Amino acid sequence: MSEINKKIKDIVGANDIVLFMKGTPDAPQCGFSMAVSNILKHLKVKFEGVNVLSSDELRQGIKDYTDWPTIPQLYVKGEFVGGCDIVKEMFEKGELKKLFEDKSLLS
Amino acid sequence: MPLNKDEISKMIMEAFPDATLELKDTMGDSNHYSAKIISKTFNGKTRIEQHKMVYKALMGKMGNELHALELITEEKK
Repeated sequence: MSEINKKIKDIVGANDIVLFMKGTPDAPQCGFSMAVSNILKHLKVKFEGVNVLSSDELRQGIKDYTDWPTIPQLYVKGEFVGGCDIVKEMFEKGELKKLFEDKSLLS
Repeated sequence: MPLNKDEISKMIMEAFPDATLELKDTMGDSNHYSAKIISKTFNGKTRIEQHKMVYKALMGKMGNELHALELITEEKK
C-alpha cells in the first residue's frame, strides 16, 4: 500500500466523519466543498475537515483511494458516502441524518 | 479545452443508449454542467455505483476538462 494510501486510511480510520475538501470548514475554497461542509454544520455533527489543497499528493491520492474523480469526498466510519451531489441528495431526502443517527453520531 | 454540450451528451448516450438525459450548461461557460440521467442500467445499483458508471462513460474527463457536473441519476422503471 502506497504511503499516501496509508495516510488516508489512517485519517479515515481515526475520525468518525471526515470531509476531504478544498479549503477548510471555516474557509472553504470551492462551492461544492462549502455546500457539504455547511450541511454537516447544519446537522451539528463533529467532523474532521481535511484540506486537499495542502498537498498535491493528497489531492490525487484521495481520488485514487476510492476511485472517485472529484472533491469533496465524505467518509463516515471509514466508509465513502459520496461527493457533493450524493450528500446533498441524501440530506434533502433525510437519509444523511438517518445515517448519522444509525451510527449514533448526532449530538 | 472545456467540453461542449454535444460531446458530453454523446458520451453519455453511447454508454446509456436507453437514457432520458437532461443536460444543462449551468453557467454558459462549457465548464459547469448539470445532468439528470434516467436509465435501466442503473437499476439495482447504489448511487455511488451509478455515478461511477457516469464518470466512466466520461472517459476520465470528469474533474479534468469537465470541471463541474451536478449529477442526478435515477433508475428507469
